[in-house]
Amino acid sequence: MTKHAHAAPAPVGGRLLSPVTFVLGVLILAALAILAVRFVYGLGTVTNLNDGYPWGIWVVADVVIGSAFACGGFSVAMLVYIFNKGEYHPLVRPALLASLFGYTLAGVGVLFDLGRWWNFWHILAPGYASPNSVMFEVAACISLYIVVMWIEFSPTFFEKWGMKDARRKVNKAMFFFIALGTVLPMMHQSSLGSLLVVFGTQIHPLWQSIVLPLIFLISAITMGYAVVLFESCLAAAGYRRTIEMHLLTPLSKIMLGMLGVFLAVRFGDLIVRGALGYAFEGSVQAAMFWLETACFVAPFVLLRAQAARRNPARLFVAGALLMLGGVLLRINAFLVGYDTGEGWSYFPSVPEMLVTFGMFAIEILAYIVITRRFPVLPREDAVHGAH
Amino acid sequence: MASRRDFLKRALAGSAAVAGAATCTDASARGNAQISPDAVGLLFDSTLCIGCKACVAACKDANGLPLDYATPIEAAWDVPVDTTAKTFNVIKAYVDGSGMHKDQVQDGYAFMKSSCLHCVDPSCVSACPVSAMTKDPVTGIVGYDPDACIGCRYCVAACPFGIPKYDYDSPTGKIGKCELCRHRLPEGKYAACAEVCPTGATLFGKVSELKAEAKRRLALTPGAETTWPRGNLTTGDQPSWNGPAPVYVQHIYGEKEVGGTQMLKLAAVPFDKLGHRPLPERSFSSQSETLQHTLYGGLVLPLAVLGAMTWVAKRNVKHDDEGGDHD
Repeated sequence: MTKHAHAAPAPVGGRLLSPVTFVLGVLILAALAILAVRFVYGLGTVTNLNDGYPWGIWVVADVVIGSAFACGGFSVAMLVYIFNKGEYHPLVRPALLASLFGYTLAGVGVLFDLGRWWNFWHILAPGYASPNSVMFEVAACISLYIVVMWIEFSPTFFEKWGMKDARRKVNKAMFFFIALGTVLPMMHQSSLGSLLVVFGTQIHPLWQSIVLPLIFLISAITMGYAVVLFESCLAAAGYRRTIEMHLLTPLSKIMLGMLGVFLAVRFGDLIVRGALGYAFEGSVQAAMFWLETACFVAPFVLLRAQAARRNPARLFVAGALLMLGGVLLRINAFLVGYDTGEGWSYFPSVPEMLVTFGMFAIEILAYIVITRRFPVLPREDAVHGAH
Repeated sequence: MASRRDFLKRALAGSAAVAGAATCTDASARGNAQISPDAVGLLFDSTLCIGCKACVAACKDANGLPLDYATPIEAAWDVPVDTTAKTFNVIKAYVDGSGMHKDQVQDGYAFMKSSCLHCVDPSCVSACPVSAMTKDPVTGIVGYDPDACIGCRYCVAACPFGIPKYDYDSPTGKIGKCELCRHRLPEGKYAACAEVCPTGATLFGKVSELKAEAKRRLALTPGAETTWPRGNLTTGDQPSWNGPAPVYVQHIYGEKEVGGTQMLKLAAVPFDKLGHRPLPERSFSSQSETLQHTLYGGLVLPLAVLGAMTWVAKRNVKHDDEGGDHD
């Protein structure tokens, strides 16, 4: 067991008001205004939802994709604490921070979409809750995971506010919360795929499968690493910090390994089910399938050489494309591949999209505010330049 | 390289163990749900339907539903073209070419009733996370409780027949669907659509009796004079009438589709032309629930994984503490 002496996390500092945070603030206000209209007049006034497409981007983007983007914390924590790769420790806190807000907002975002939101507590209340429902599993696991993540992240606040006693107590039990923090996402990220099994033949054969839980889980873990690459490059550029290439280069290899497992499972399943033939039909679904697959294959092409993995721009693009692949997998499975009968169509309305942008804006703004004011990113002057 | 291979090896070993454990718990697998012996339902015979829509009006009346229209100009009339949160039953028409001949595929027309089929193993009930959609253990009626509902619309998305609908125009929108007039059953009445049907195209009764009646009809010689019951088949409350038998498509829709439904349908035009896609016999809810209970039955698998993760994390977090001055 090698010991890893890392730079301790420290606040980045700097001004909170900038053109970026201002734009984020405007986006958030716009989303809040639209939500006010939604709660007074109903879902139909601001969304294009209909009975042929009762789930739109507020479910697919804000919750299904949003929580998959938030798998960075889970993926990196698993790497560091379960696979004992201590060298990645400096990535844990920033990844966990992004996950924390991704999940918290996914949880809050569900409320905007619920038509009878005042009853939301029924989903966890004995007498109402139905364990046969996949959505019950998703709701229970995500709710619990949000609490677990706040506990995992709490030392950051305790350090900032000098609460040494609380920090020590939490740290003693931390191994259990870390373990819980790996099992819960495995459960609900897979269940987000299982949600579609009950839809039966309404889901196109390119996406309907009994192994959907496995496909969604592996893709979420892979996306977790992609998000970390994406985020680290962006944070380095935004804060003019040194990019942690000594961590990101080997991390990108792990990401490619997981991506290989994902593609093997994805195509193995299509072949075993005899569904691959649908990919060669002249349909929108087939075209979207190849677009999705191209995004998943692209990182292999971009990062196949060792030198390419040392190139921050390539890592950033590869990470972004992999994230896009995960986005397309989810949009395809939930919307493009969903057909409940003739005569229905759906494309999100502008207000609907603005709410989704607002949700992501809250995440980014929170990330900026907290990394500037709380000890999350590794102290810059201690980052060694030799790599 | 060695470290990555090691990582992948562990990852694969982990997923293999999980997959192995998952396939071992066959006890949680379930087949299609079985129908209650006292289940009630409807038999709709497209060849008897004359498209008068008395059932559509009676349904609105019995369920206290408002008019449904697409544009303000139509506001004086109830003109639903499909079921909605405010319309639980519609009669749809199939028309081809000149549309001159009843129950003919070419240049013909036919009617089809669209309303809840009351599946024996309903997807909406399996999907509902808060028990707002329920299946009555005796009558088998799929009912809805708006006071329990959270409005997630998983039932709307899951139903293979596109039946539950949500009211997007209201801030407190509810799901709307046929509940087979279950509120009228204690009064000794039955489904309003069957009660008003002048030809017996929609017939109410015990599913076992409706199925026997459907089989009798399919066995008739086309053109042969036969008796057509009306209203409630089980109680025989309305007089029947006599008429010739049509040329049926030899298929009882709902007998086997997704594990069977309590509404059975007969027609002389193929069902896929009447908006009824072919569906497998295995219910989607049994597949979904088998998957969920295999993974989560007794929480055995999650607790086993949690135990393993806790053990590993405890070891590694300790090492980590020794390695630096922070967690």
